[in-house]
Amino acid sequence: MSFAAEEITEELPPPGRSALGQLLRDPMGMTGAILVITFIILAIFAPLLAPYDPIHIDVRHKFQPPNLAHWAGTDQLGRDMLSRLIWGARVALGISMTATGIAGVLGLLLGLVAGFGPRWLDAVLVLFFDSFSSLPMIMFALAVITVLGPGIPTLILVIVLVSVPGYGRLIRAQTLALKGADYIQAERTIGASSARIILRHLLPNVVGPLVILLSMDIPVVIMLEAGLSYLNLGVGPPTPSWGNILYDGYTSLRSAPYMVIAAGIPLVLCTLGFTFLGEGLRDALDPKLKLRAAR
Amino acid sequence: MSALLEVDDLSVAYRAEGGDVAALRGVSLTAQAGEVIGIVGESGCGKSTLAAALIALLDANADVTAGEVRLNGRDILSLHEDARRKLRGRDIAMIFQDPMTAFSPVLTMGDQIIDFQQHTGLSRAARRERARQMLLKVGIADADLCLRRYPHELSGGMRQRAAVAAALMANPALLVADEPTTALDVTMEAQIIHLLRSLRTEINGAIVIVTHHLGVIGELCDRVYVMYAGQVVEEAPVDDLYHAPRHPYTRALIACDPGAIATRQGVLPTIPGRPPDLAAPPPGCSFAPRCPQADATCRSTAPPRVRVSDRQAALCHKVVP
Amino acid sequence: MTAVFDIEALQVDLPLGGALWPRLIGKAAPRLNILSDITLSIASGESLGLVGESGSGKTTLARAMLGLMPASSGTMRFEGAPLGSRASFTALRRQTALMFQDPVASLSPRMRVGALVTEPFVIHREPMGNRRERARELLETVGLPAAIAERFPHELSGGQARRVCVARALALTPRLVLADEPTAGLDVSVQGEVLNLMSGLRDRLNLSFMIISHNLAMVRHVTDRIAIMYLGRLVESGPTAQVFANPRHPYTASLIAAEPHPDPRRRRDDLAIKGEIPSLLQRPAGCEFHTRCPRATDRCRVEPPALRAIAPGWQARCHLAEPEPT
Repeated sequence: MSFAAEEITEELPPPGRSALGQLLRDPMGMTGAILVITFIILAIFAPLLAPYDPIHIDVRHKFQPPNLAHWAGTDQLGRDMLSRLIWGARVALGISMTATGIAGVLGLLLGLVAGFGPRWLDAVLVLFFDSFSSLPMIMFALAVITVLGPGIPTLILVIVLVSVPGYGRLIRAQTLALKGADYIQAERTIGASSARIILRHLLPNVVGPLVILLSMDIPVVIMLEAGLSYLNLGVGPPTPSWGNILYDGYTSLRSAPYMVIAAGIPLVLCTLGFTFLGEGLRDALDPKLKLRAAR
Repeated sequence: MSALLEVDDLSVAYRAEGGDVAALRGVSLTAQAGEVIGIVGESGCGKSTLAAALIALLDANADVTAGEVRLNGRDILSLHEDARRKLRGRDIAMIFQDPMTAFSPVLTMGDQIIDFQQHTGLSRAARRERARQMLLKVGIADADLCLRRYPHELSGGMRQRAAVAAALMANPALLVADEPTTALDVTMEAQIIHLLRSLRTEINGAIVIVTHHLGVIGELCDRVYVMYAGQVVEEAPVDDLYHAPRHPYTRALIACDPGAIATRQGVLPTIPGRPPDLAAPPPGCSFAPRCPQADATCRSTAPPRVRVSDRQAALCHKVVP
Repeated sequence: MTAVFDIEALQVDLPLGGALWPRLIGKAAPRLNILSDITLSIASGESLGLVGESGSGKTTLARAMLGLMPASSGTMRFEGAPLGSRASFTALRRQTALMFQDPVASLSPRMRVGALVTEPFVIHREPMGNRRERARELLETVGLPAAIAERFPHELSGGQARRVCVARALALTPRLVLADEPTAGLDVSVQGEVLNLMSGLRDRLNLSFMIISHNLAMVRHVTDRIAIMYLGRLVESGPTAQVFANPRHPYTASLIAAEPHPDPRRRRDDLAIKGEIPSLLQRPAGCEFHTRCPRATDRCRVEPPALRAIAPGWQARCHLAEPEPT
């Protein structure tokens, strides 16, 4: 029998757009990506970009409103606000991305194990997720800080402990939903090992929602860090963080209102950036949405 | 007398990113009261778009570029959305492939079938009684039990029967069934076919069956329209369609159906090639690239609609009256 | 002809409801009987059709055969070697392939077609040479252009996805392919292409096929033998042509009669089969088909029939089935 006669003449559909291409076509996702990349560049190159030393005290020039020498003015100790804000981006992004990154990886692993592993392990992990997420977040954070003392490592630990259960549960639910999917069954029938199924077939299909959730959680974490620093429970002076800059500005709100404004702007922009990026990623990573756009 | 349902040179295009896709290209059909009409074709031939046009429920990104659909002489596509919705409740009813989508999962069958008669002005008790009668008529023996059940508590065949009952409650002039048996087993399919056939004497309107399944058409319909690439390529009474098909596509389609092949075949017939891209339809006959009889004329000029008899016509250069 | 796959008196039960409580109090959990008394064999190079309504246990049987569903009793043998241990099923999966009903859903969505068709080689650590080259060869065998290797499953048409599944199933040249509704959702003109492709490959590679379908018209043309299931039991099995010509079980007869004819001159006015398939939770006593059987007698309502031999290789589970005169 000739197989040439079986050759199909059907034309191939045009290849679908990549997730990145999809993201960049979306005005919101594009805006988010630009903002996030800008802040990451600021954070990485803070020593090069900051015009002054952020902790250099110069009391002669304290409380200067924005001017050509100090674009965002100076604070109560005469430190350059712009430099402090740029260095603050480093603290804000450093803490939030490290913490959500660690939490994401832990949540991913625990969620996969809970969803795919034996039932008793699942029960234990779900109990752990549920009891942790039933603790009130701020109270829990305050308790941990009281025990361990304020500082960046404590802050990261608190954030990781608070966010892992949520990520774990998301991944577990995704894993459970996909476990019965035809293609997972199909992989079993061709003899794929559990490790292979988890790593090659489950993982790529469950990380999408997690990435979206992570990027939308980063602003929450930045706010948390700012909030705790504002309460003097986070990053201590003289390290510049958006939270303690905001606190300094608040104490001199009447004499120097520009300080609060200047510290608030990067916080708002960065929050918006990550939220937009998350929304954009959600649209771009959802294969069904992509399919609809291609039809 | 003018027909109950007239589709007149209807063209519908979907707006898409890469340009418009012509889903229907000058489709005309008629249906008299009491007739069962079949619309048959393969996926992408436009039959679902035609079904949606018949019930005045085209997608938001679909444009009617020409023609109209008239029910009792009234153009239903140009009506205001409110008027169209009323029309769907009273004059037009539909049955879908998956009856699960026709019912709300959170209400009992009773709540829904009784509600379908809101406009009748009957008391609730009277409406309930009518619903009961209708369920009995479609072969649901324990109608009271069925009215108390939620849709997911019924079997597929039972749900489809209930969907038929719900569709008939308003005594519609036009009943459109889109793949009514595709989701069912052979035995249930036979029962629903049997039911629809017995109902044709009960309702005063026309029934339109849209399907890809030639067997269902053969069992159920009086007249058939064969669609290909957004056009009606052949219309014929059902007996002529199966025993004297004129369009090469109709012939090929019937030849491919394993149900139509009497002796066991090692190699099943197929239609080589694929339907044309409707974003850029070919200038000539759209079946020409796959047609064994096609010549240069077929490929360059659009084919005429050749009347073979007063009830049969084919869209083909090669058909002689 | 030697048997590739042998099933003898296979039974599959599922624990009903929560299995934990009865286990704690030391009682046997209530079990739902899904399959029972399945005896079937598939010969080398043969194509067997497995037919029945949804809920008759067709797919469960296929899953039990590959060890995806534990058997409660009975024996299964693959090329003479008994199946049961984990290792035996792992070895079996190297030699068999299961094609799922929904081809797109059975392909891992974030892998490209080229990686998908060559995956069996990776899993079983079989030498495949250049992966790209091997993917091209496999795709060519099923009539697909090499460029399709770069595509994702959701970018394929129904027919193309079906061909990719065939390519993947045949990658390691298995002995037996189980195909669940291989033509579901395909247009008639494409259906023939896929079936012709499968039977062509069967002849060339001497494969055995088990085709699970409720489409009798299709099964009639592409299978050598046919087995009909009802409520988890085989009610009839025999050579396809003979069973279609003269079905011995009333259920087989009504299934054949229920098939809609693409010919208005053969319309039937009576209903071949009434009622619905009963629930597995309430199996009818006696012959399980008696509730819908047009020929049921008092005996059928009480006494469950055993499989009777009609002719060599042809059996029916009916009190009224007469053997073929010899």
